[in-house]
Amino acid sequence: MEAPCIQLDDVWLDYSIYGAKTRSLRHAVASLATGRRVWRGEDGPTRVQALKGIDLDIRDGDRVGLIGSNGAGKTTLLRVLAGAMWPARGHVRRVGLTSALFDVYLGMNSEASGWDNITLRGLFLGLSVAEIRSHTEEIVSFSGLSRDQLSRPVRTFSSGMALRLALSVSTCLNPHILLMDEWIWVSDADFVQRAQQRMNDMIRQTRILVIATHADYLIQQMCNKAVYLRHGEVISVGPVDETLALYHARRAAQPEEAI
Amino acid sequence: MEKRNGIGEVAALWTVANPVCATPARPARHVWETTSNRTASMLRDISAALRRWPLWVRLGWQDVMLRYRRSLLGPFWLTLSMGVMIGILGVIYGNILRLPRVQYLPFLATGVIVWGFISALVSEGCQTFIESDWLIRQMDLPLAMFPMRVVWRNLIVFLHNAVIYLLLLLILPIPVGWGALAAIPALLILMANGLWCGALLGMISARFRDLPQIVASLMQVAFFATPIIWSADALTGNSGLVSANPFFHLVEIVRAPLIGRPVPIFSWWVVGGISVAGWAMTLLAFRHFHRRISYWV
Repeated sequence: MEAPCIQLDDVWLDYSIYGAKTRSLRHAVASLATGRRVWRGEDGPTRVQALKGIDLDIRDGDRVGLIGSNGAGKTTLLRVLAGAMWPARGHVRRVGLTSALFDVYLGMNSEASGWDNITLRGLFLGLSVAEIRSHTEEIVSFSGLSRDQLSRPVRTFSSGMALRLALSVSTCLNPHILLMDEWIWVSDADFVQRAQQRMNDMIRQTRILVIATHADYLIQQMCNKAVYLRHGEVISVGPVDETLALYHARRAAQPEEAI
Repeated sequence: MEKRNGIGEVAALWTVANPVCATPARPARHVWETTSNRTASMLRDISAALRRWPLWVRLGWQDVMLRYRRSLLGPFWLTLSMGVMIGILGVIYGNILRLPRVQYLPFLATGVIVWGFISALVSEGCQTFIESDWLIRQMDLPLAMFPMRVVWRNLIVFLHNAVIYLLLLLILPIPVGWGALAAIPALLILMANGLWCGALLGMISARFRDLPQIVASLMQVAFFATPIIWSADALTGNSGLVSANPFFHLVEIVRAPLIGRPVPIFSWWVVGGISVAGWAMTLLAFRHFHRRISYWV
């Protein structure tokens, strides 16, 4: 049986930031008709080279922290790992049930009932209805919500209840690979504190973790590997302390890059 | 869901005894891999979308049910409002056009219901990918599942509206027999066209955000230019205006069997041509651009 893994081989990715005019079909047709003169105006799309030749080999058991200043490509890289963005060049291979915790509420519909949301979230993950059913009992007992409460639309839940449900669903459907963006942790200090135990369990159980963060303590706590990204390139991959030290040294040397 | 306060209530949760979650399914069942072959990745996308039918079937069902969850009649609210519209149009235009109601009402009802299906496929087709932007940007969902969701959702709506036709069938002496079942394959053809339409318009709309408005205004014009309220026979001497209108043929293949009229062979040819050309164009475009959709939305 193949173990969970993520392999990136020379991954390049660039995208355009479109202005209002470049998103208009009328405008595009007009510029085609006028020999593309308007199209190439100063309002043309801006190309962003987000990832430049990324090579990564993430194995079973790795807990990887992505570090780098804003705009270094951490979020883009996470999206590539999630399979949401297809790189322009290079090869990505990922083995294992993957859960992207970029948004705890992802795939939840506030008009639908708690039960529906459990099923929906599982289907989004790629599980079959039967597999989801076999997990439902755990999810319910973990969420601490009553069956009665779960038949109501999530819209009527208090924010605490909604969070309990969301977190139970995303964590009980035990993924092999867990991708996290740091805002889940930093956006709500209270949440982190309360969810700590559960998150720790999940991180222990998952076979591969990749987290993008600015917070050193999170990486030191959770990771056994760090990847330092800068302007879309991997500067170094290695043990957490070494990589963090390098990152801080670089940042001190180039203060204009600070955060 | 923007409610992120009041987290204090969660406190009780974490006192629950450490749960033991079931062991994950085999990793090898969940492989995601890029390939430089666009055709291969397109085919993989489409087959994954078909395999994951429980997901889009559920999403489409939810789209319809949740829209009407808070109303008394549920989705039958659609049936009622469509019925009222057909009733009013039937009385007014029946008088203007001086047509016997027994003949005019079934024609109008089937036309309006089928048109509703077609125009929803076209105009909602523009939103295919845009409406799910937050899913597409964060997960590796097969993109081909989104047009399937749009078509399925509108089939549900269509079937609710079809109740009006069944009621008319009971009330009025509509001259149909088993031949009316010919509407079923015709409906399937419309759905097949809805798939390419949703994929193609969805892709273009994701890139060019003014397309949905353009399409919406064109569809409004098309409603009046297509024989739905008025009959094609009424446009004497100018039949070219009707036969050159693709929407006429799309409506006619479903409508004609339902009101006991023969489907013109020419209409089948036109619809066949639209289907083949549309699918060919869409497959080419989808093959080329499906990887860019998550960048556009």
